[in-house]
Amino acid sequence: MGKTISEKIISEHVGRDVKPGEFVVAKVDVVMAQDGTAPLSIQELKKMDMERVFDKENSILFIDHASPSSRKELSNSQKVLREFSRKTGAFLSDVGEGVCHQRLVEDWVNPGNLVVGADSHTCTSGALGAFSTGMGSTDIALAFALGKVWLKVPETHRFIIKGELPQGVYSKDVILHIIGKIGADGATYKAMEFEGDTIENLSMSSRFTITNMAIEAGGKTGLIFTDETTRLYLEERGRGDRFREIKSDSDANFENILEIEADKLEPLIAFPHTVDNIKGISNIEDVKIDQVFIGTCTNGRLEDLRIAASILKGKNKHPDTRLIVVPASREIFLEALKEGLIEIFLQAGAAIESPGCGPCVGIHKGVLADGERVLSTQNRNFLGRMGNPEGFIYLASPATAAASAIEGKIADPRGYLG
Amino acid sequence: MNSQIAGRAWKFGDDISTDHITPGRYFHLRGNLEELAKHVLEDADPSFSSKVKTGDIIVAGRNFGLGSSREHAPRVIKIAGVSCIIAKSFARIFYRNSFNIGLPLLVSNTDEIAEGDNLRVDFEKGQIKDETKGKILTFSPLSPFMSKLIEDGGIEEHVKKYGNFKVE
Repeated sequence: MGKTISEKIISEHVGRDVKPGEFVVAKVDVVMAQDGTAPLSIQELKKMDMERVFDKENSILFIDHASPSSRKELSNSQKVLREFSRKTGAFLSDVGEGVCHQRLVEDWVNPGNLVVGADSHTCTSGALGAFSTGMGSTDIALAFALGKVWLKVPETHRFIIKGELPQGVYSKDVILHIIGKIGADGATYKAMEFEGDTIENLSMSSRFTITNMAIEAGGKTGLIFTDETTRLYLEERGRGDRFREIKSDSDANFENILEIEADKLEPLIAFPHTVDNIKGISNIEDVKIDQVFIGTCTNGRLEDLRIAASILKGKNKHPDTRLIVVPASREIFLEALKEGLIEIFLQAGAAIESPGCGPCVGIHKGVLADGERVLSTQNRNFLGRMGNPEGFIYLASPATAAASAIEGKIADPRGYLG
Repeated sequence: MNSQIAGRAWKFGDDISTDHITPGRYFHLRGNLEELAKHVLEDADPSFSSKVKTGDIIVAGRNFGLGSSREHAPRVIKIAGVSCIIAKSFARIFYRNSFNIGLPLLVSNTDEIAEGDNLRVDFEKGQIKDETKGKILTFSPLSPFMSKLIEDGGIEEHVKKYGNFKVE
């Protein structure tokens, strides 16, 4: 019997062939936590007298959630991360460097890796053919110290996505469609593997958007095979030598297979307050929008900013709508600056915030007022997510977000393209 | 592990997220779990933390604990005194985090349990007795490793005891 991508990677890290449903102990390659979860990891390591990391270069602390800090309690928590980094040699990615998941794919993760992180969107790295999954602070504390984790080997659900994406439809719409179809718990505990010609034709940036949201269907990880696109990405990042081919065997066992006709999709919106509450742009009434947010580990990459800027160029945001743009990393910010994208956003009336999670986590940089609606390119729209349970969060692609910022209501991006 | 747990049921619906349990606006309290626990489940039931008593049991629908990886969510539920959560299904990271901190989660059809019912969970028999209604429900058996985590009092005690993860 052949293996799926996750069965291959876990087998390699356990040292024997593993099967779905088994509990195993696996070695890890990359371990990370962020300023919301690392303080608890560090507290537990101190309690266990295990303040050490298994591999300095691949044990990483990211300060991205409240970055820069908005209050003294958070500043004190962040100080704990800096002290731990100095003491153990763990790598510190400090204020302004960017969102953990974007930084991980830029500088750390390689095909075949097993990656664990104290953040649910750790599944993002799976687009590089890595088994990458989110866990809690104590799991990650033990992974920092021991370089291993306990795992239940997941069954794999296969998603075959076919056809050319119509104009105005992006990988964000594809993953929203899948979550809408299978539900917010449609892939609970499962590895989600995405393939098909639509995926083959996506850039790495667009692939990350898909794997980023595997957790929104309950998935343990999202995975994409490696190919020439992966190779070129790694070469650009100076890690061409770390490329390897990885894909599921033709006789691998999939618990479920779902085919998606991507060429029939239209721009989609997730309505409040669950990610599976999906509506097509042609089926909605006017929804006034008070704030548009373009950024995050889901859609804050250069490609996303280029799409948004192409729509906003020479135009103004609606006077009643705030527009907030947060590049996902410092490198993306710098490139966007060089390309003139930041200037386009500023001239359109946007507020640009420093790289990090921005308003997505509800701490700062755009908390909603009671009754307000935000259209965001982020991955999650739960009640209270953006700091106010009286607010309403709608999710969409950067193109839909940019069009909506101009019109002050949820708008179809197709009228602004080509 | 105590082979039995008894407590009053607090009923919640489907898709209770980690944002309902530990809202992002209290992010700054994550370093102070006792204080954060005063807001436990606030966005699902604003008065829950003042009503819940030691030993009580949370009863919910599908996909309890979806969302973020924040271990603070099961921790504040435990600090609030909750002895166990029974739901139709749980989100994966929340499930793992709960057992890692020694909080048992049970999967069962919860439709017939009402808020305020007195429940008695018998781990050996794999049964939940609704003493208010005089009915007996079954729950899906725990895998041996998850049972071991509860017996050991969580993953930290487990690792102290075995020096490793003892999955077999």
